Amino acid sequence: MLTLLNWAIDFSLLVLVLANLCVLFRLFVGPSAQDRVLALDTLYVNGMLMILILGIRHGSSEYFDIALLIGLFGFVSSVAFAKFLLRGEVIEP
Amino acid sequence: MTYADLPWWIVLPAALLLVTGSLLTLIGALGLLRLPHLYARLHGPAMGATLGLYCILIAGMLVASFVEQRVVLHQLLIALFIILTAPVTAILLMQAALYRERRRSEK
Repeated sequence: MLTLLNWAIDFSLLVLVLANLCVLFRLFVGPSAQDRVLALDTLYVNGMLMILILGIRHGSSEYFDIALLIGLFGFVSSVAFAKFLLRGEVIEP
Repeated sequence: MTYADLPWWIVLPAALLLVTGSLLTLIGALGLLRLPHLYARLHGPAMGATLGLYCILIAGMLVASFVEQRVVLHQLLIALFIILTAPVTAILLMQAALYRERRRSEK
């Protein structure tokens, strides 16, 4: 029965790599800066999903902390980029 | 209980949820790749950030609850955090896009 779970984990990691390739294409090609920031935000979420799946496979809870930190930094960096696009600076005097 | 003797009634839903979640994330990424402009593209990654994330988190909660023989719910923290933060990011990005396009058309 464990073979099925391992197969599912491999399959979903492969699918997430394909999704990340699509997002990377948008990150490099994206016509405007907003598209690139959106692609970076998506890349953070997809990377967090990959780390959660790796945590299921290795059965350890350290991966959960890493995923939580990646979610946190993804939010902070996306908000900082959006603020920079909107105002021209991140922290206003 | 170890990881090796998971019963089928844990493995089957977990595998199904993993495959469903990752395929939904792929559909969201394809939407980000194919949709015509930014305001449409904002909708694509929301699939991966909501339904894909929840499916994978529930699969992780199932497996971890059986391996540790107690109810493991700390994965819900990530779901709560993403629920709170994803709309904020989307709104700020949309405001930035509107502002920049208006400023470029004025020049």
